[in-house]
Amino acid sequence: MPAVRFQNVSKVYQGTRGTLRALDDVSFQIEQGEFFGLLGPNGAGKTTLISILAGLARASGGSISVLGHDVVSDYAAARKVLGIVPQELVFDPFFNVRETLRIQSGYYGVKNNDAWIDELLANLGLADKAGANMRQLSGGMKRRVLVAQALVHRPPVIVLDEPTAGVDVELRQTLWQFVSRLNREGHTVLLTTHYLEEAEALCGRIGMLKLGKLVALDKTSALLAGRASTMLRFKTDQPLPAEIAAHARITGRIVQVKAHDAAEVEAMLATLRSAGVKVEDLEIGRADLEDVFLEIMQEGAAA
Amino acid sequence: MSGISLEGARPLFRKEILRFWKVAFQTVAAPVLTAVLYLLIFGHVLDKHVEALPGVGYTSFLVPGLVMMSVLQNAFANSSSSLVQSKITGNLVFLLVTPLSHWAWFVAYVGASVVRGLVVGSGVLLVTVWFAPLRLAEPWWIVIFAALGAGMMGSLGLIAGLWAEKFDQMAAFQNFIIMPMTFLSGVFYSVHSLPGAWQAVSHLNPFFYMIDGFRRGFFGVSDVSPLVSLCVVGAGFVVVSAVALRLLAIGYKIRH
Repeated sequence: MPAVRFQNVSKVYQGTRGTLRALDDVSFQIEQGEFFGLLGPNGAGKTTLISILAGLARASGGSISVLGHDVVSDYAAARKVLGIVPQELVFDPFFNVRETLRIQSGYYGVKNNDAWIDELLANLGLADKAGANMRQLSGGMKRRVLVAQALVHRPPVIVLDEPTAGVDVELRQTLWQFVSRLNREGHTVLLTTHYLEEAEALCGRIGMLKLGKLVALDKTSALLAGRASTMLRFKTDQPLPAEIAAHARITGRIVQVKAHDAAEVEAMLATLRSAGVKVEDLEIGRADLEDVFLEIMQEGAAA
Repeated sequence: MSGISLEGARPLFRKEILRFWKVAFQTVAAPVLTAVLYLLIFGHVLDKHVEALPGVGYTSFLVPGLVMMSVLQNAFANSSSSLVQSKITGNLVFLLVTPLSHWAWFVAYVGASVVRGLVVGSGVLLVTVWFAPLRLAEPWWIVIFAALGAGMMGSLGLIAGLWAEKFDQMAAFQNFIIMPMTFLSGVFYSVHSLPGAWQAVSHLNPFFYMIDGFRRGFFGVSDVSPLVSLCVVGAGFVVVSAVALRLLAIGYKIRH
């Protein structure tokens, strides 16, 4: 039985300016024990898909099940096995950290949960904040509490919706160590993130959404191997020849161009030399997930 | 899923109680003070001139109405403000992702509203005992009407909280619907003192029956039979609760 099964999920918003198809017939499944990454640019439908999974939104068509429980017809069972870390930094200002976690445990019917709450607090670096009111916490600390809240009932399936957006390096490390440990212990993890290096490092399999459609779904290693394997990177202050500029990704002074083999690299360098472009810090490297991501996103745009 | 599941209702109920109790100065003490001010001012001005019921001084007459008004307004305020705050700040998500059924939501929110209404009402009663002799002619009506009225207002607060998207919409609901209906329900007067047409209009106001039945418990006399009031308030409670439950079940304005 898959941990999560998305079947022909679609979501249509009827607005004053017409209809918006946020999700268009999305189908895939996540197996138990997987660390799965869901990627896509803003507006691709990632959060909509997760909202439907969590019961925060309703699908216009299709269905989702968690460990075999349909999220609509068998919502109570589905939500008991699901832990969601929401994207927005929200909190209840009336309570302190421990109260917040005890209340959340109660909603899932978990009583006398203090041992696990203490373990969560320790693992997320919150042990000294248990008595602090939610209002007094910094943004990063509030984010940790959100993660703890999602885990109070020890859900076998954990969903993290951009948990590291605007989060400092230390928390990112703490969070990934903890989530990786949970994954090793058998929890299924579904992660959406904008940090592609994170997805590359953590996720065994990746799905990419674009304009509500699933445009890629494969093992992370296969996605990296199956695409342009070599990247030529250099810095320059000068304008690039048109044939290179058309394919290049330019970030400030840094230029990155895809090359399939050594001959192509040689040809490109020759073009640059003949155009009189002065190149600094030249390096040839393996394509990373960001390159693959951009390539896939651009394919759709060209089509 | 079939059947009524109340799993998780108790922690939500407890959370809702804690929520108002942590700011009791604002949610309990303030409404008690308001009611006492009404009693002092209106009682002082009118006690010598008005006899609303035969043999009952105006200040004594005023006490049950003010108590019930406080019960109703605070029961409404509890569920409505809790929901609208959670919606606007976004922390309702913590509840939306849980397995709680719509019945559990209803029982917890309305239950906490009833408790807040009764706590404030008891506070008003305790303080006003100093100003007017307390009579308890038929006390069972006091309990029945306070509980039913608070339950109906807690449910109405749930509906308003689900409907409102902004604080000013909630304020409009409170100021243009709840306030006029409670004020025009006979808190400050017996409807028998009104001209015929206004008496008839008052009988269309469900709040009138709540206050009249509640007051019956104190003085043993009422404008209409307490059984009639019980039927009206009971029917009102059932209708409002059914609407609230339905809205919760479909996730009206909370599950998109």
